[in-house]
Amino acid sequence: MTIAQPHAGWVGRSIRRVEDPTLIAGAGRFTADLPATYRVRFVRSERAAGRISKIHVPDGATAITATDLAGVKPIRPMLHKFDYVPIGQPILARDHVRFVGEPIAAVVAPSDAEAEDIAEAIEVAMEDQAAVIDARTALAAEAPRVHAEVAGNLIVKGAVETPGFADARARADSIVRLELRSRRQNAMPLEPRGGHAAFDAGSGRVTLTCSTQMPHLTRTAITDLLGMPESDLRVVAPDVGGGFGQKMSLATEYVLLVWLARKLRSSVAWHEDRRENLIAAFHSRDQFIEIEGAFDSNGKLLALAADVIANVGAYSCFPTTCAVEPLMAMAELPGPYDVRAYRCAARGVLTNTCPMAPYRGVSRPVITFALERLMDRAALEFGLEPSEIRRRNLIETFPYVSATGLTFDEASYRQTLEMAVAALDLPAFRARQQQARARGRYLGIGFSAFSERTGYGTPAFAARGMEIIPGFETIDLSMGPSGLVEARIGASPHGQGLRTTLAQIIADEIGVPPDRIRVIHGDTDRTPYGFGTFASRSAVIAGGASLLAARKVRSKLIKIASLLLEAAPDDIVLDGGAAKVAGTDRSIAIEALARAAYHQVHRFKGEIEPGIAASATYDPAGTFANACHVAIVEVDPETGQVRIENFIAAEDAGRLINPMIVDGQIQGGIAQGIGNALLEEIVYDQTGNILTTTLADFLPPTAHEIPPIELHHLETVSDASVTRAKGVGEGGAIGAPAAVINAINDALAPFGAEINEIPATPRRIRAAIHAARKPAEQRA
Amino acid sequence: MSDKRDITLTVNNRSYSIRVEPRRTLVDAIREDCGQTGTHIGCEHGVCGACTVLVDGAPVRACLMFAVQAANKEIRTVEGLGSVDNLNPLQRAFMEHHALQCGFCTPGFLMLVTGVLEREPDIGDDELIDVLASNLCRCTGYQNIIKAVRAVAHDMRQARSNASA
Ligand code: FES
Ligand code: FES
Repeated sequence: MTIAQPHAGWVGRSIRRVEDPTLIAGAGRFTADLPATYRVRFVRSERAAGRISKIHVPDGATAITATDLAGVKPIRPMLHKFDYVPIGQPILARDHVRFVGEPIAAVVAPSDAEAEDIAEAIEVAMEDQAAVIDARTALAAEAPRVHAEVAGNLIVKGAVETPGFADARARADSIVRLELRSRRQNAMPLEPRGGHAAFDAGSGRVTLTCSTQMPHLTRTAITDLLGMPESDLRVVAPDVGGGFGQKMSLATEYVLLVWLARKLRSSVAWHEDRRENLIAAFHSRDQFIEIEGAFDSNGKLLALAADVIANVGAYSCFPTTCAVEPLMAMAELPGPYDVRAYRCAARGVLTNTCPMAPYRGVSRPVITFALERLMDRAALEFGLEPSEIRRRNLIETFPYVSATGLTFDEASYRQTLEMAVAALDLPAFRARQQQARARGRYLGIGFSAFSERTGYGTPAFAARGMEIIPGFETIDLSMGPSGLVEARIGASPHGQGLRTTLAQIIADEIGVPPDRIRVIHGDTDRTPYGFGTFASRSAVIAGGASLLAARKVRSKLIKIASLLLEAAPDDIVLDGGAAKVAGTDRSIAIEALARAAYHQVHRFKGEIEPGIAASATYDPAGTFANACHVAIVEVDPETGQVRIENFIAAEDAGRLINPMIVDGQIQGGIAQGIGNALLEEIVYDQTGNILTTTLADFLPPTAHEIPPIELHHLETVSDASVTRAKGVGEGGAIGAPAAVINAINDALAPFGAEINEIPATPRRIRAAIHAARKPAEQRA
Repeated sequence: MSDKRDITLTVNNRSYSIRVEPRRTLVDAIREDCGQTGTHIGCEHGVCGACTVLVDGAPVRACLMFAVQAANKEIRTVEGLGSVDNLNPLQRAFMEHHALQCGFCTPGFLMLVTGVLEREPDIGDDELIDVLASNLCRCTGYQNIIKAVRAVAHDMRQARSNASA
């Protein structure tokens, strides 16, 4: 393993973000800040399943229903593998509703208040139909079908079994089995979704400004659905108030806004309210996992088996399809452990609930929770420290090809574990834990070691059989006659500080400071086609493209300097805003080179093309970041309350371009993971009515629940990324739930209680303690 | 529901004569009638605090107050703190400590903290966390917000004790 060396330059420095002053001054421009002539309010289904018999609209009101949208195609995401059954989602419910919150009609009025009044007066007559809410119930033979064409509600199913699996399992000394449950989550960006579509009579074009992570694909998708020329739509992602994956999937509402803007030849806006966001923006992480590990007598994992059932809701999300959770679970479940024998079945099941879509980490917070619980349970059986069983199983040689065929590049699974163990002083903790128990206080420690697959390009997506293969990113880099640099990217950051990060990468190549580099994103008119910001990919892929383009600009600048300074290109260095001839005092300002490239091209005598511009595309195979998280908690057995005393993350994201930004990503991810582990849950009742419709019910963590987080870094250099950076956006959220739940279980050990469900709410913890006491009492 | 009232809102020392329905919330009036869009809406249920503004010096959830209730009171919003090229010390501390990512929650936190530090300059570190726990941030995990605010509170105390010494 090579560790990155510090080097002089902009990369590696925690410079302050260029994004900040505007946002801090309240001068950011978010979607809802744009004025619109009309406001849109959606009438949404109050039933989980039903047949619409009549929609009564009051006289004089404008309300669009499915019958108005005759020529508009349903959203029909496609996957060409894994027995996927394609299903369509109408922009407004046509005949049937399939989940509470599904849009039925769109009311248009001059103000939100008027639109809301009208929406309330609209009566939807509906014939109730049987709904199915729970994924396991939905698989039963007699369960009602959510879509007539999907038998058994089984929309996608994957299975793998490595050759020799049964033999390896048979050789085991000990088999450890667990059943785990991950309850439903909502990514819950603080800014709900929203869109603003404005028709321009002069050009006939529509500009859709919306809170999206994927402007280019949103544009292609909407123009496909509406049957309009792609060039007639411009999609702008302005400042976006967090996304975490929820704003990556196509919102039916945005399709309708574009349709309305064209029909009314005006501007229309919809601002999702929080209730809509909680019931009808995408959900995630609703899974059942059965996991089984076959270990030899030393605690080495010989064979791993799992059965994954993912509740994907009522429709399939675009562009990834609803297969993303079950299939990612199947491909990545073995995590950072060396296990050659693997068997997994993964099913995606339709239910009458809000559609599932990617949320930070996608399936990995859930599978890491399952696998790390398995490791801790095995450690208990073997009488090993949790750190020790991991030590015996983590991958240590690279490249490592996993049981599912993934190539793990150079990483530091073992080293980050040791780093975390050293940071917390394990023996001291165990002593303290014993003393605390003697005083009736219950402390616990939980580990979570994991890999974070990031920065993967088209080959990885193609392997999933997706119809739309995202992956590459392109950058158009140019230096104008004033020496100012513009970088136009297809990626679409929304809080990650990517403008700062990319400017640092470019600055080091071309010798100008980051404040002279402007990164332009989030506008299909002004940026090259790209897929956006998701899957921890932007630092790796947009960063890689930036580096490649900057190298081209650099060689052009050197060429011009060499001609103007009459020196050999090899002798030119770009630094501090000037081109210098090494070992002399001859230099020329970069601005002068830029000016010459546009205004004095005659000096080039036809040897150098005018202008300074270069494009580059980067489409890597992917890399794996990694980390080891440790949580120390105290559980109050009377109330079931959990207090996180300390949280340590030893992390390896390769080269850190801006350490401050990287730390922020990790801390934020861990906070979401803590919410996932302890608090947040979308709850449906048996009829499919949703009970968690405000943030006071959904319970995201506040400053009270998030402890100080201690971060440690390693920087493994991997050839899998040209910038040597690995992605880091999701890791915090992936590792934290497992660490917290393992710590709770460690704390509950004296009670013989075990909890394998997230969130581990106080009620569930009390129930686990109660359940453990019961058999003891019965025996007594 | 449509009889409108004529009221005057004073936002950052500027008067806006506006005509609103009695049910119009203060945050909608600030954003749409006064055009000050720095104050954000994250829930309209009084939970997230993104809409926090100061009304006569006190932090208020502007989604829970009607515009008519704020007539003739002093309203302060993020736009009154400092400008893009002239941030005030609290704003600078948010930048220094990386206390924001998407920035959607930031105006609400800034106003909450401004109100609290003006009224209770000696507030302790633990009480500050109690205060900060009244607003939600989905991006940062709060630690950097806490650091930024503690640094500013500390600097303010320092400045006062220097002045009185
Ligand atoms: S918008 Fe007012 S508290 Fe959330
Ligand atoms: S910075 Fe995004 S919600 Fe706080």
